[in-house]
Amino acid sequence: MSNQINPTIVAAAELHATLASLKAEGYDFLEVLTGVDWGEEGLGVVYSLTKTATGEMTHVKSVCADKDNPYLDSACDLWAVAGIYEREAYDFYGIKFLNNPDCRRVFLREDWIGFPFRKDYDESQNPEFFLESEPISDKAVCFTLAEDGKVKKTETPIFGKNDYVVNIGPQHPSTHGVLHFRTRLDGETVTKIDAHMGYIHRGIEKLSEGYAYPQCLALTDRMDYLGAMQTRHALCMCVEQALGIEVSDRVQVIRTIMDELQRIDSHLLFFSCLAQDLGATTAFLYGFRDREEILKIFEKTCGGRLILNYNMIGGVAYDLHPDFVKDVHRLIDEVIPHGLKEYHEIFTGNVIFQTRAKGVGVLSKDDVISYGCTGGTGRASGWHCDLRKLRPYAAYDRVKFNEITFEEGDSMARYMVRMKEIEESCSIIRQLIDNIPEGSIQEKMKPFIKVPEGTYYSAVEGSRGILGVYLESKGDKTPYRLHYRSTGLPLVNVMDKACCGHLLADLITIGGTIDYIIPDVDR
Amino acid sequence: MFDFNIVTQWLDTLLMSFLPAWATVLIECVLVALAIITLYAVFAIVMIYMERKVCAWFQCRLGPDRVGPWGLLQVFCDVLKMMTKEIVNFRKTDQLLHRAAPFLVVTASMVTFSCLPWNKGAQIIDFNVGVFFFLAISSIGVVGILLAGWSANNKYSLIGAMRSGAQIISYELSIGMIMLAMICLTGTMSFSEICQQQENLGWNIIRGHVPAVLCFILYLIAGNAECNRGPFDMPEAESELTAGYHTEYSGMDFGYYYLAEYMNLFICAGIAATIFLGGWAAPLIPDWEMWNEIMLYVPGFVWFLMKVFFVLMLLLWERWTFPRLRIDQLLNLEWKYMLPMTMALLVVMAICVSFGFIWN
Repeated sequence: MSNQINPTIVAAAELHATLASLKAEGYDFLEVLTGVDWGEEGLGVVYSLTKTATGEMTHVKSVCADKDNPYLDSACDLWAVAGIYEREAYDFYGIKFLNNPDCRRVFLREDWIGFPFRKDYDESQNPEFFLESEPISDKAVCFTLAEDGKVKKTETPIFGKNDYVVNIGPQHPSTHGVLHFRTRLDGETVTKIDAHMGYIHRGIEKLSEGYAYPQCLALTDRMDYLGAMQTRHALCMCVEQALGIEVSDRVQVIRTIMDELQRIDSHLLFFSCLAQDLGATTAFLYGFRDREEILKIFEKTCGGRLILNYNMIGGVAYDLHPDFVKDVHRLIDEVIPHGLKEYHEIFTGNVIFQTRAKGVGVLSKDDVISYGCTGGTGRASGWHCDLRKLRPYAAYDRVKFNEITFEEGDSMARYMVRMKEIEESCSIIRQLIDNIPEGSIQEKMKPFIKVPEGTYYSAVEGSRGILGVYLESKGDKTPYRLHYRSTGLPLVNVMDKACCGHLLADLITIGGTIDYIIPDVDR
Repeated sequence: MFDFNIVTQWLDTLLMSFLPAWATVLIECVLVALAIITLYAVFAIVMIYMERKVCAWFQCRLGPDRVGPWGLLQVFCDVLKMMTKEIVNFRKTDQLLHRAAPFLVVTASMVTFSCLPWNKGAQIIDFNVGVFFFLAISSIGVVGILLAGWSANNKYSLIGAMRSGAQIISYELSIGMIMLAMICLTGTMSFSEICQQQENLGWNIIRGHVPAVLCFILYLIAGNAECNRGPFDMPEAESELTAGYHTEYSGMDFGYYYLAEYMNLFICAGIAATIFLGGWAAPLIPDWEMWNEIMLYVPGFVWFLMKVFFVLMLLLWERWTFPRLRIDQLLNLEWKYMLPMTMALLVVMAICVSFGFIWN
């Protein structure tokens, strides 16, 4: 099975019309947008579109006409998520997206000079260390094409002069990381949220361009630390499929089990943090007590608890610990069922939680597709977006499980999706754990892995949504362009939509149930 | 039963024998003030330790166990740390109000603390409208909280203070109604008489049966809200407002809020014990001579403290089980449910009392 993609090349002028017609054909989900610098060919982007009905994908590539002043039409009138993706591409490549109402920098500082992902970027333009604090932009930037063919820049203030704006973050207990929401309040009602990201952006994608493939792996665990297994799985799978390597059945099953353990781990942390955000400290500690058991299992086999470094290109790093099967059985047969019962007793059924979660932060199915909110957040609104069902990988085609979906789209539904998914994950593990096939845990690999020239895309179902890896190779031992479809970026982007009109306290519940992880947003 | 009047009268006659009247009063006032402050500090430390251990017990944890045996010295270390911490002042705060606010809070809390009847004859503030005085003084605390929020010039503090103001003023209504219902039963507003009556006639919660039990349950809810304790800790709501109205306080200024919060909880439990559970009155059962004699050997303040800690356990249980309410739900609960219920209870209690449906 090859994961090579051959994007259809579309001229910049026809881009918007092509995308609109593809959307009309049923490609209604913009899975990922990748900016690329093709050197001589110019700067451009690759749009990866998916049919939500079938999971079928298509890719559209468009190159900017003018390298010195690159611009393309924005697609944010077609997909709401395009807005934030385009900001990212503008931030890194300087491609201006015409008519995007808010085309500011997103991760880098406002006073950053140049666009670092361009191949001809000169590092010496910026100081090694910035000595003054970071200016925060108060103006949304919009680029439009003037009649004389020049790109015109208009700036509009984000907040009015007399707005009561409260900073939620960057140091705040409920943003689950270093995220900064500038929140405009009317009394206690939220009327606008401007998310400011990039506080912990490490440039993993840029760093990867200078690393050999096995080195790139080391960075994946540091993105979504609650989906470390899955992120690494995605990159390994992408490289293996690009090389045409079939990993053994044993590895496939081990990876599946590990992914599911990671998912349970993530969902338990989701429950705990949500409880903590709502002031239910006891429920919070119950969750952590049970999560500890999973971390112990990881520790025995992988050596790590959070940063696991387990998947390798062509297999896994170590064979399973002799206690693995026994420990996992104890986890899925005793610890988790007992824990879930307690969670439901102390938290789910509590009338205070129910009234705070039901009907709060409702996202419709159209909203979640347009905003690209995959994972539990999407499924809570009735979108069947589980890649394990849509495009099965690893050992998911041989297990039976239910894709949990709800129709309500409120905080309660988002919460229940995760709680039910813990049960489904246990069921998946139960089907696999007793008959892990024998076989090699590591295929023989060349000392230097060189991926053949081409463009590749693979995706897995991460703990909080679709985690895609876009890989472009020129046949070297380092990737030419490596882009991750972050699960969290669309989720942070939807906060404004979900929270407006609700109370400040609901912002915390909604943020908790939407479940984003900041290191994954700030790659 | 041990009567504390013996001690006070002995001291009074002793001082009067060789000092003029004004000096006697002065010395007695100083002694009483020292007693209040000492008790206040001691019980704050006990409460903090208890809170930590009890919540650890609810949460399958151990709680503090490193400093001293069973972590007993942990609280002392924390108090010492808090007292030696630097007090940070920001240029844009309103200095005077910012500094005055914690004192208002802690003063209100101390004065209400001295209303508690500890033992027969051991009561610091006691006069015929004691309950009324208690309600009036406890309202001063909210002024301190509002000032703290306003003077800090911080948005979190302001929102916290606004919430706190709305919350405390609302829930005071319920507390007042519950108190009224109980006064209806007792016929007196003096704490010492309320206790004495309960020793003679039986505890109010039993005398007043159904309406009194309902009042007690509503009091536990409203009391937790009055103390800004979870599930009603919206003014602090650390996950929304970082620390609410005391965000900008540090060192001992913050310590006063912390202290007052714990002591308000103690006072809340103390008043519940006095009004519903007999205060220092022993559980006497008519015709059980042997039992009554043994019970009367136990001094009143032991009974009082046992009852207070029982109510405290109930309050902690409530605190560590529920998630936090939202501000609109909190006010709905008060204005749409609690207040009508307490009003109805007042009427029911009045009917019970006037038609003699009470157990004496």
